[in-house]
Order: sequence, then structure tokens, then C-alpha cells
Amino acid sequence: MGGAPGAPTVLPIRSDGDLIRVRRAAREAAVRAGMSLAEQTRMITASSELARNALVHGGGGRVEISDVTRPGRRGVRMVFLDEGPGIPDVARALTDGFSTGTGLGLGLGGARRLVEEFRVDSRPGRGTTVTIVSWSRSPT
Amino acid sequence: MLELDGVLLASVQTELTDATVVALQEDLLDRAAATGADGVVIDVSAVEIIDSYLARVLTEITLAVRMLAARTVVAGMRPAVAVTLVEMGLDLPEVETARSSAHALEMLARR
Repeated sequence: MGGAPGAPTVLPIRSDGDLIRVRRAAREAAVRAGMSLAEQTRMITASSELARNALVHGGGGRVEISDVTRPGRRGVRMVFLDEGPGIPDVARALTDGFSTGTGLGLGLGGARRLVEEFRVDSRPGRGTTVTIVSWSRSPT
Repeated sequence: MLELDGVLLASVQTELTDATVVALQEDLLDRAAATGADGVVIDVSAVEIIDSYLARVLTEITLAVRMLAARTVVAGMRPAVAVTLVEMGLDLPEVETARSSAHALEMLARR
């Protein structure tokens, strides 16, 4: 992995091609955490949704990927940051328009269902930060 | 992209950019119209994840191909991909699926 223990891997989210690199890094981190194929697939899919949001709605940004541990378990934390217009109503964005494929909610509510920990920090004009954490079910 | 007895067969590669997905959509629809295909098979067995973007495009292809009087079958979805889509609340109600490309061709031939 890149960097010393505790130092996150940072990847830019500026282009279509960057989405592929984010998904690849998410898979590598999920494998390091000992996740099953189903767990890896959830993590990579969530990362794809959130990276696209940062690119399309946030005008680009970056992701910080960290290996995390707690007693007996390994996991992955991904923090998606953009400096876009922000989300005026996060609660609404989590539900609004997901199934219809319209609006800011696209992908956000779906991503939340795929991970164990999910936090959105967003204010209009100040950009958006989405933090997700998933844990491997297999013990360390 | 292959053509077999009035069926277009497209295999989707492992790592897709959004631009590649759009190109595939346009290409498939052009070819379906040009050849007068009765069926379109999209083999996704190599695809490691289907996110909401790709899911939406698969639905759009299905609906557009239907308007060209043909039928689309998405073939070979991996089990982990299927369960992830369902967990996200995306069960692709418009999209017909098959276990493999061979299974999809059988389904189209049986019609």
C-alpha cells in the first residue's frame, strides 16, 4: 500500500479515467482487509457512486483511502472530498430521485445501503465530504 | 460485437469508463437499427461492478432496442453484482437476464 501505516492513499477525481483508478484502489484495499467477493463488490460499487458524484456534481475532488482496524477486524475507510456547490438538503439527496436517475440523490442513497458507516458533511458553497467505512466479516 | 442469425452479441469489458459505456450504447443501437436485428445480447460476465450509472444505461438500451422492435437480454451477471444491485434498490425491472450468452441465445431463439 502507499505510505506509512495510517497515512491514507490519496487519488484525484478529475476525469472519467480517475473513476477507474478509484475503483481499482478500492478493490485493492478491500482485498487487503480480507473482504469476501460480495463485500469487495459492495465497497467498489459504493466508491464508484461517490467518486462519480464528486466528479459530476462536485466538479471534481479527491478520495483518501485508509486501511482501518479495530479489535479482531480489518476494514477500509474512504473519504470523498469535493469543493463543489454542496448539497442543500442532505436528507432529501439521500432519497430523492435515486430510482428515477435524476437529481442529486443519484447514487448517494444506494451507496449508503452498501456500507456500514456513512456520513455526509456538506454546506452550500462549501463542498461535500462523504465518509464511508466497511468492515470485513472475516476475523484478522 | 458479433452478429449471429439476427442477434447482436456484445461483450462488455472489465473496466469501463463512462465514455466507453455511452459509446457502447450508441454503437449497439446503430448496429441494431442497421442490421434489423431481432435480439441484442449484452454479456456482462467480465464486469466486476454495475453501479447506478451502468444500470441506468442498461435500462435505456433495453427500452430503446424495444422501440426498434427488438429484444435485449443481459447475460452472465455475477452473483456479487446481482446482490449489490438489489441491496442498492436497483433491481432493473425492465431488463431481461440470462445466465450466459448461450442461455440468452436460447431464450431469443425460443420466442
